[in-house]
Amino acid sequence: MRSAMRPEDLLRPTPRGLYSPAGDFFIDPVRPVPRALITHGHSDHARAGHGAVLATRQTLDIMAIRYGADFAGDTQAIAYGESVEVNGVKASFFPAGHILGSAQIRVEKNGCRIVASGDYKPGIDPTCVPFEPIGCDVFISEATFGLPVFRHPDPAGEIGKLVASLQLFPERTHIIGAYALGKAQRVIALLRAAGHDRPILLHGAMERLTAYYESEGIALGPVKLAREATPDELPGAVVIAPPSSLAEVWSRRFADPVTAFASGWMRIRARARQHGVELPLVISDHADWDDLQHAILATGCGELWVTHGQEDALVHWAGQAGLTARPLHLVGYGEEEAESGDAPATGKASGDAPAEGKPS
Amino acid sequence: MNRFAALIDRLAYEPRRNGKIRLIADYFRHVPDLDRGWALAALTGALSFRNAKPGLIRQLIAERTDPVLFALSYDYVGDLSETVALMWPAPARPEGPSPQPSPRRGEGAGPASKALSPPGRGLGEGEARPDLGIPLSDVIHTLTHMGRTELPAVLAGLLDRLDETGRWALLKLITGSLRIGVSARLAKTAVAALGALTPDDIELVWPGLTPPYAELFAWAEGHGERPQTENPTPFRPVMLAHPLEAADRESLDPRDFRAEWKWDGIRIQAARAVDADGRSTTRLYSRTGEDISGAFPDLAEALAFEGAVDGELLILRQERVQSFNVLQQRLNRKAVSAKLITEFPAHIRAYDLLVDGTEDVRALPFDARRARLEALIATHPTDARLDLSPLVPFATWEELTAARADPATHGAGPDADAVEGVMLKRADSLYLPGRPKGPWWKWKRDPHSVDAVLMYAQRGHGKRSSYYSDYTFGVWTGDGELVPVGKAYFGFTDAELIEIDRFVRRNTVNRFGPVREVVHARDEGLVLEVAFEGLARSTRHRSGVAMRFPRIARLRWDKPPAEADTLATLEALLRTQGEVAADDDAGAESDGGGTAARPASRRAARRDREAS
Ligand SMILES: [Zn+2]
Ligand SMILES: [Zn+2]
Repeated sequence: MRSAMRPEDLLRPTPRGLYSPAGDFFIDPVRPVPRALITHGHSDHARAGHGAVLATRQTLDIMAIRYGADFAGDTQAIAYGESVEVNGVKASFFPAGHILGSAQIRVEKNGCRIVASGDYKPGIDPTCVPFEPIGCDVFISEATFGLPVFRHPDPAGEIGKLVASLQLFPERTHIIGAYALGKAQRVIALLRAAGHDRPILLHGAMERLTAYYESEGIALGPVKLAREATPDELPGAVVIAPPSSLAEVWSRRFADPVTAFASGWMRIRARARQHGVELPLVISDHADWDDLQHAILATGCGELWVTHGQEDALVHWAGQAGLTARPLHLVGYGEEEAESGDAPATGKASGDAPAEGKPS
Repeated sequence: MNRFAALIDRLAYEPRRNGKIRLIADYFRHVPDLDRGWALAALTGALSFRNAKPGLIRQLIAERTDPVLFALSYDYVGDLSETVALMWPAPARPEGPSPQPSPRRGEGAGPASKALSPPGRGLGEGEARPDLGIPLSDVIHTLTHMGRTELPAVLAGLLDRLDETGRWALLKLITGSLRIGVSARLAKTAVAALGALTPDDIELVWPGLTPPYAELFAWAEGHGERPQTENPTPFRPVMLAHPLEAADRESLDPRDFRAEWKWDGIRIQAARAVDADGRSTTRLYSRTGEDISGAFPDLAEALAFEGAVDGELLILRQERVQSFNVLQQRLNRKAVSAKLITEFPAHIRAYDLLVDGTEDVRALPFDARRARLEALIATHPTDARLDLSPLVPFATWEELTAARADPATHGAGPDADAVEGVMLKRADSLYLPGRPKGPWWKWKRDPHSVDAVLMYAQRGHGKRSSYYSDYTFGVWTGDGELVPVGKAYFGFTDAELIEIDRFVRRNTVNRFGPVREVVHARDEGLVLEVAFEGLARSTRHRSGVAMRFPRIARLRWDKPPAEADTLATLEALLRTQGEVAADDDAGAESDGGGTAARPASRRAARRDREAS
């Protein structure tokens, strides 16, 4: 008779990321490793230089777009709902609802099941397959928005603010800061759903990823590069650009723009002001406080491990909900968001304090 | 309440004056009478109801949330109203079927077509709160009519019915800290923008109106009569001067002009009327028509003339005009105590007459108005805090230049410290509202300047949001260190802005949010010639001095930072000023907009002016 597996022997935190001693692989490692399972294509989770990578086909495609075709020694694609054996550990991938191709990874051996959820969000997003709760003994969750002040509003309502602003200031270009992978395409899809049918202008950094979303059957309507737009196309146009470019020389080509920023951080006024944002749009690809609780409870787990974000509050809540909970103190995650120029965190080597610091 | 909350939410982030006016006007255009009227009352500060203290709000949230989670949240957000608005829990819903979804245990059940949605929250339907359409007028009505003991329950009930933005707006309203950079003048300008009226048209009828202002909106939109106000002491739009440049002076004939001292106080208009039964009404107005009578009851009571006088609000002690710093101490107080009135006695130094008795004299030439003003002051009781601003005699520009350079020996005597230049008024000028070019000029004393070293730069707002346009600069201490002495965000040309911005980006040594620290060593850095109006001692600045109205006069690319000025230079200047800060641009130009009560917004108002 097999003795039951201890969770720590199946998966444990290390400086290089979550490591499976039983299966000798890492999940979302922050440094090059021989074998990596990757949840999704954001740069803090998917890094180049691993020996072998197991991920969804879309995540592999995105990594190839960002890092070049030779980003890993060997790659293997896996579909949602499929499983593979890795050194005797069964690994299965399920949708995480975060961005295109994003997955939760369940690893199991000898009756012990752990779900590493990566980044996730429940709810409807026209650009990716919805999150589903997966049964497990241990659930590993991020806590980017793990405070009760974070309750994301209906994204359609947020896009409504943008549409209203376009009507009120039809002569001004509206520049929306959005992460190049996932958020940018979601904002475009939301704008289309709100009836906005003009060509949307893109910063060069999002061109290839947006084209990739289109090629995956996600209809985003007419888009073109902002640098190719003629002056008469700029009044009243929507431009989507990486958040960091809002403050950079790049944005000067637009006369008197309205600057917007689509992010869950925009819920906090000090954050929005820190970025000089005039039109904060609270649109997030992460679970909010309520989502986190519902998602965690829905897995039926008895134990919760918290990776990055506001772990104190989430661990506190879990304890009161009768779960065994602990923070993993993993470092190096949440930096996709740091691209936005959250000053103290930028420019520093990975491994420093995660970007989700307190607003100064 | 939703639309009002959305409006002030957006206003709080909108840096441009014109942007704010468009947002407010758009709200007025799309919201029905009752609600827009109360919104106008809120924006103009015309609401009065029992304010809630932070203690009550803490107590309400403590009853509803886990203390650890509240502490973590408050620590993260940093603002009590905002924290409470965001984490206020949804009220208990009536019992209903709320099935807990069971996790998927099997595998290979195909792709996510059967995705489970999380319990308790349908997506795309927003917050599951019972009533989001609660009218602003209902909220105001409730707040106005509740008793002290009802406050906690009433407030909690309203918070239960609103969404995040609505709760934030409500808490800002009820704690009396809207702070969205909107003056009463701006809100009235937005009303005027609904049709063909001017802001001054609105000011003229405003003092006789009360919320919810239905007749005002009807008039502004062109489908109602001008509201008939029974106001015997209305505000009359003031006349303003243009700055006098050397080139202008050459084209002007000194014989056409009269000169007065330009006083460093607050522009004030005093109107007093007596009715048939001998009952009098007195109103004091700021430059923009804000009624500031309540802040100066001592002055309002002391006045005894009949008519409307234009002049400068000053503090006099032993018949000497005090510096603007002293006046500011009175302006800074919210409550007007007997002690404040005794310590800071308010006076009017009159320089024009708009109404003589009941006769409007604005269409008379300056000389004729001046003669009537002199007669009115002469018959006014001498102890009544109203005196005449003297004319400064001169026959040539040279004579006036000499007087302006040294007011003390040219008639201003011991009040010279409160003089910030001279005013020139054409002898034949009519009293015209606004800033017509030609009849009135202001000719200020030359500003001081120092060479300082750029230390930090911050990104600007609006049009300048991609430029580093706010500069902190410093001078050398005796120890060879740079110490910041001020901040400036204008004075430079567009071309210079681009040059400085390029310098900042190429010479950044540190970043703090929107702020960059730039290189500032003895042999490396950028020297700025900074012009300013005066110095004051300051305990808030490490240097111990605060500059008034600093601006970038020139870029000294030619000058090595080591040759910039020292703190000792500024301290010497401070001593020659006799601790009395000479000037503040606000002076006769002070932009009302509630400024009489809140001088802090003067800076913002001035910034608006400089920007436009
Ligand atoms: Zn991510
Ligand atoms: Zn992440």
